[in-house]
Amino acid sequence: MPRAEPFGKMLVMRFGVVVFPGTWSDCDFHYVISEVLHQPVKYVWHRDRDLHDLDCVILPGGFSYGDYLRAGAIAGRSPVVDALRDFVAQGGSVLGSCNGFQILCEAGLLPGALTRNECLQYRCQSTHLVVDNADTPFTRGLRPGTVLTMPISHGEGKYYADPETLRELKARSGIVFRYAAADGRVTKAANPNGSLENIAGIVNPEGNVLGLMPHPERAAESAMGGTDGLLLFQSLLGSLVEDGSFLKR
Amino acid sequence: MTGAEPKVTLDLARESGLTADEYDRILTRLGREPTYTELGLFSALWSEHCAYKHSRILLGRLPTQGARVLQGPGENAGAIDIGDGWAVVFKMESHNHPSFIEPFQGAATGVGGILRDIFTMGARPIALLDSLRFGDPSDSKTRHLVTGVVSGISWYGNCFGCPTVGGEIAFAPEYAGNPLVNVMCLGLVRADQILRARAEGVGNPVFYVGNKTGRDGIHGATMASATFDEHAEERRPTVQVGDPFTEKLLLEACLEAMRTGAVVGIQDMGAAGLACCTSEMPARAGTGMDVDLSCVPQREVAMTPYEILLSESQERMLLVVAHGREEEIKRIFAKWELDAVEIGRVTAGGTLTARRGGQVVAHVPVDLLADGPKYTKSIARPAWQDEVERFDPLTLPEPPDYAAALIELCGSPTIASKEWTCRQYDQQVGTNTLVLPGSDAAVLRVKGTRRALAVATDGNGRQVFLDPRRGAAMAVCEAARNVSCAGGEPVGLTDCMNFGSPERPEILWQFSEAIEGIAESCRALEIPVVGGNVSFYNETSGRAILPTPIIGVVGLLEDAERRATQWFKGAGHRVALLGPESVSLGGSEYLWSRYRRLAGRLAPLDLELERRVQAAVRAVVRAGLATAAHDCSEGGVAVALVECCVTGREPVGCEATLGAGDRADLVLFGEGPSRVLITVEAPRVREFEGLMAESAIPWRWIGTTGGARLTLRVGTTTLVDTAVDRVERAWRSGFERHLA
Repeated sequence: MPRAEPFGKMLVMRFGVVVFPGTWSDCDFHYVISEVLHQPVKYVWHRDRDLHDLDCVILPGGFSYGDYLRAGAIAGRSPVVDALRDFVAQGGSVLGSCNGFQILCEAGLLPGALTRNECLQYRCQSTHLVVDNADTPFTRGLRPGTVLTMPISHGEGKYYADPETLRELKARSGIVFRYAAADGRVTKAANPNGSLENIAGIVNPEGNVLGLMPHPERAAESAMGGTDGLLLFQSLLGSLVEDGSFLKR
Repeated sequence: MTGAEPKVTLDLARESGLTADEYDRILTRLGREPTYTELGLFSALWSEHCAYKHSRILLGRLPTQGARVLQGPGENAGAIDIGDGWAVVFKMESHNHPSFIEPFQGAATGVGGILRDIFTMGARPIALLDSLRFGDPSDSKTRHLVTGVVSGISWYGNCFGCPTVGGEIAFAPEYAGNPLVNVMCLGLVRADQILRARAEGVGNPVFYVGNKTGRDGIHGATMASATFDEHAEERRPTVQVGDPFTEKLLLEACLEAMRTGAVVGIQDMGAAGLACCTSEMPARAGTGMDVDLSCVPQREVAMTPYEILLSESQERMLLVVAHGREEEIKRIFAKWELDAVEIGRVTAGGTLTARRGGQVVAHVPVDLLADGPKYTKSIARPAWQDEVERFDPLTLPEPPDYAAALIELCGSPTIASKEWTCRQYDQQVGTNTLVLPGSDAAVLRVKGTRRALAVATDGNGRQVFLDPRRGAAMAVCEAARNVSCAGGEPVGLTDCMNFGSPERPEILWQFSEAIEGIAESCRALEIPVVGGNVSFYNETSGRAILPTPIIGVVGLLEDAERRATQWFKGAGHRVALLGPESVSLGGSEYLWSRYRRLAGRLAPLDLELERRVQAAVRAVVRAGLATAAHDCSEGGVAVALVECCVTGREPVGCEATLGAGDRADLVLFGEGPSRVLITVEAPRVREFEGLMAESAIPWRWIGTTGGARLTLRVGTTTLVDTAVDRVERAWRSGFERHLA
């Protein structure tokens, strides 16, 4: 697999944004990657298995295949997600947001499950996230305890894992983001969907697969009310030149 | 013809909703009795819902021309040129009747229908707004309807992936048996790539695409053309069932197909389904159509031609494709896993021929179907008008405690925060929403340009009930004022006219007056009406709703950066009130929520002043002088000030002094047009005063922002002095307290 290289002073990372029937954050991610970050990006159709020319695959938000079964259940078994297993094993990065996080859990690429919001309603609102683990390629530019602001928009975002999985997740610092108050305190009131331990985002043991319910692509321009979402991408791009741990392939 | 079909008689025609005269007209033109299938076609296409029988002549009074108009009324939606090669396509439609019978699916398919109206024009939908009206919140049925409608909208819009960015919700007992669900949608398309619902080109193939046809929604259009009685819920089978996922696929497949240039014309199979498309599309183009119903994809067995033609199954379109390019279209729809089946051809001769296999089941001139009867029925000013106008609200007692009265008003379900609904809607997908719900107008950027669109809906049934002409004119002004407050220049308007039965002279009078009022305002403000919808028969057991025209206005911001929102941004900003002093308690929210009275006269409306006020507001916003701009509407200037204090991220207090002379409740809570609050930072006060001097409108400084208290004086008397937090709590919790 070819690897991304710093190109002169420019960092170049090749992104692919997966499109399932029913995906709707695909264009928003594409826009941020090409117009804000100025990185090469292309769409990847759900039937494609060829990911060889990509460094980072985005699984965006939406209702893949209508999500009439469980959110992400069908997409988790689609050709492109099947191909993702090899891609991940070879060290490629995957960022799943919203429906993408649900798909990663359904595919077993991340542990746990996302279930119906505790309020039994859809929730679209701004949330604060406190960074628990700043030692992932997606959060390297941040510090533990940093508070980010990003919107959520989902009906099934209540994270659940059985006690053993949760213990394991915590033991390896797999929890990356938790819903918090503006000052970073993790409180019940700051939890918009009833997620276990306010979990908003987790990472796999190798650190190259991140799933989160919030939408970083909606917080990537000041015109849209904030740029905290960009910090994830910038951390990822920074990984190209830092200790190289991200590029172990 | 099919042997099992009932024999067509006048009685059967009557049962199908046609009058003896209408049936006679069909006999004369056909020169024979219609078949059962043909009778079904007439029943649906000549229903009020499709044919606008009682409204079309009156609607002709609305101004529809303008330099920016690319498409006026008569197509799936209107289109306005917004520069840089882009057009905005928009329309509003009602789904009132289905939403009462089955609120979740009724509202959901209302969203689905309006989305299709937009993307059939070739536009990608970028925003939805919902205007909802319900009965008294204390009624448990209302709670059921609100919950169902809001979750239906949320489900469909969110799954499809179009943000819901605005709208309004109001409550009045007159809507108890007949809630209003009006949905507006906006889309963007390159101005030279707008598609139309015309079956051009004899010999071109006709494609059926999208969902399969079932028995759902048969005679939905006819249902929407009758009043309700106590058996309304028995009509549940006529409500369609939505599938937002299929709609999303249909959107992507249609837009991709259109980009090839192989699509000649396209129409949504909405009301009256395939019957409507196969007659309206050729009628617009002066052609005919020959279709084989046995080719139509079906999901139920043994459907009759009648059922196939009249089914209102959702998420279906009819395409006319350039001859020879069929394979390209099939390939695209196959990619999106949707049916795309050639069911017939465009023909010369102006006739719709529907076959089943070799057998002709309908053979009717398309112009006869598409151009239904038009009526000018008698109009009479209702007897109740004099009595309601005679009432003087100032004969009621003044509130003993103004702070308590204000807090109560802010917690009334119509005024209170609608966050409970908004947070169930995706407001940002597409990353265009620069101003989210909660300000006067939503603002959406147009990517790739500096421009943005401001959009707002408005309508006040109480005011229209008291004075249909002025009330409707004021609704136009208010929607346009909301857009102006955001910094947008109003460029186009769509309306949804919700009224009772037009067969009653006093209802038709309300309608006629309201049209006149809308036309007057549109002429004065130079806003063309480019489309809309009429919903009559909003009555249950003989009781009509409040006459409710809902107005949607789209405005253009040349520079998206030069926009304003309604909330105070910080301490020490000066607060100005632009516009006239004259207000009235007649028809006000205060009069209703405190005294349960719907009576009195409306404040005067000076359209020339309205125009100047809006121009001044836009000039101030464009100059970057306004740190906030907010229209004064329900609840008067007092509630407008509260909204400025509490709708931002952090509450900001203020003190304001309003002119003496009138009774204090009139000054604080009285409602009237052409009034806007603007805040200006101290260093820019002189610049602002200069602009005001040029604008030739009445205005005055009324106070200053800052602190944690809200202090309101009338003359030298302090009437309200309370912690902003307290008012905010009432405003934030009011809606849920009444409904959730």
